[in-house]
Amino acid sequence: MRELIVSRAGPAVTVQDTGRPGMLMQGLSRGGAADPVALAEGAALLGQAGDLAALEMAGFGGAFAVTEPARFALTGAPMRADIDGKAIAWSASHLIVPGQVLTVGGAERGAYGYLHLGGGIATEPVLGSRAAHLVAGIGAPVQAGARLPLGPDPRTEAGLILDVEDRFSGGMIRIVHSAQTALFAPEERERFEATEFTRDDRANRMGVRLTMAGAGFAADRQLSILSEVIVPGDIQVTGDGTPFVLLPECQTTGGYPRLGTVIPADLPAMAQAGPGARLRFRFVGFDEALEAERRHRMMLRDLPRRPRPAIRDPREIPDLLSYRLIDGMISAHDT
Amino acid sequence: MAMGGGYPAIRTLGLGGLLVSFADRLSEPANRAALAFRAAVERETWPGVEETSTSLASVFLRFDPLSVAPADLRARLAALLERQDWYGAALPANRRRWRIPTVYGTDLAPQLEEAAAAAGMSVADAVAELSQATVRVLTIGFAPGQPYLGELPPAWDIPRQVALTRRVPEGALVVAIRQFVLFSAATPTGWRHIGQTAFRAFRPESEEPFPLRPGDELVFPAVSREAFEAIRAADASGDGGAVVEAIG
Repeated sequence: MRELIVSRAGPAVTVQDTGRPGMLMQGLSRGGAADPVALAEGAALLGQAGDLAALEMAGFGGAFAVTEPARFALTGAPMRADIDGKAIAWSASHLIVPGQVLTVGGAERGAYGYLHLGGGIATEPVLGSRAAHLVAGIGAPVQAGARLPLGPDPRTEAGLILDVEDRFSGGMIRIVHSAQTALFAPEERERFEATEFTRDDRANRMGVRLTMAGAGFAADRQLSILSEVIVPGDIQVTGDGTPFVLLPECQTTGGYPRLGTVIPADLPAMAQAGPGARLRFRFVGFDEALEAERRHRMMLRDLPRRPRPAIRDPREIPDLLSYRLIDGMISAHDT
Repeated sequence: MAMGGGYPAIRTLGLGGLLVSFADRLSEPANRAALAFRAAVERETWPGVEETSTSLASVFLRFDPLSVAPADLRARLAALLERQDWYGAALPANRRRWRIPTVYGTDLAPQLEEAAAAAGMSVADAVAELSQATVRVLTIGFAPGQPYLGELPPAWDIPRQVALTRRVPEGALVVAIRQFVLFSAATPTGWRHIGQTAFRAFRPESEEPFPLRPGDELVFPAVSREAFEAIRAADASGDGGAVVEAIG
């Protein structure tokens, strides 16, 4: 059986896919990868379907081996990675054979790194998905000693690399008005837009706590508003005025007022803002938000065409003569 | 059809969401309206609508904003609102009544005294009132299978606390704003933890992962700590000693 052997794992490594949409009525939020773009990038690098499950590694990876030769890709928050001590590229696909050890260290920037395997991780689905939803009690963090089954992989290409923009360092996040924005006075909303926030250490797949200099943000009728449906990206302000940005594993309803909602196109950057990253927020109109959504989906559609052969240093290729230098992945131009 | 005060109201919720609210506070008619209106929206099967759900007094539609214009969807909702008096709609069919044994107070539910004080009554009176109240599942939400239950007598119109409690366990019975919530998973909360049950409102491994449905009635009779521990030790189903009967 093709398996991924986990010999060491960081504290928050979980199996994730595109989650469980459609269960809001039962109180179950969609969940799935905190950075869906990273999930799509892994699928593009391996040339496979976008709904296969991968390992999401929050902050820290682990050590991995395989029972049979396997292709894999690393995407999302850049982490130090090596095979048997030899550094390998991030946002790239590689090969690993039995006996080798893939080691993935801590995140250099960002919050969530991903390890994708050719054929995907093929654990048993629960309610239509393999994604761990820890808040709901579905699945559990992957522990050292785990052996995860892999799906069949009909393809063989590896050694591809994907150029990605930095979405791992915070920055400007676009938000739209939400059902409760009007509960915040215009001056409070302006102060929110003028404030520089820091992503607090208290962050997980449910949400990210923001810290700032100055007073908390107050809404009208803060503690007694009716519980209302929550969507990922909502900026919820708790009773003491602290903003939390809600992520895929958030609750489905909540009674704290929400100041606005991060647009879907900026949600991956929001989730990937690492500890200490600086963030600012800007309200945009619906037309601008829809245009951003159009561009975001075009980018996702274009992903499968973007991986390119990695440029390799010939001194690091032990059997150079066995490579065909005219065609294939290594070209004369590249080397 | 209007109930006044600007309701029902249609508002956006994020880029791909619309919220139809029937009131700004919980009421029996507004809750009935939400459940019935959501069922009607489901029957319409409008293109671009990906999912619907209810909360206490509102209906949420998740849609793809690039395949259906939000303004078009809003117009359809407005027309559907005009079709009947949603506030007078009947409750869902096939409802059940659950009696779920509950330990009030002790170290299992450490905020009973605080909540009784906020409601302006003694701990004994609080237990008497809460353990005899019949409440209804108003909506399932926050966490999977988790019921919001109401309404409790007026004294229980107590606000949520300012700070979050870091963690209450699965099966916790918490109170605020004339409602109970029966937690289906361990979670942080702003509600006060006054009782503990062994009932599992979400059973992902089971044939029926979500045992409770909007409209079901629940009662939380008081049992001793010893009786509760015996129930918990013997229970394999997740019912936590609950007795269930059909009420139509």
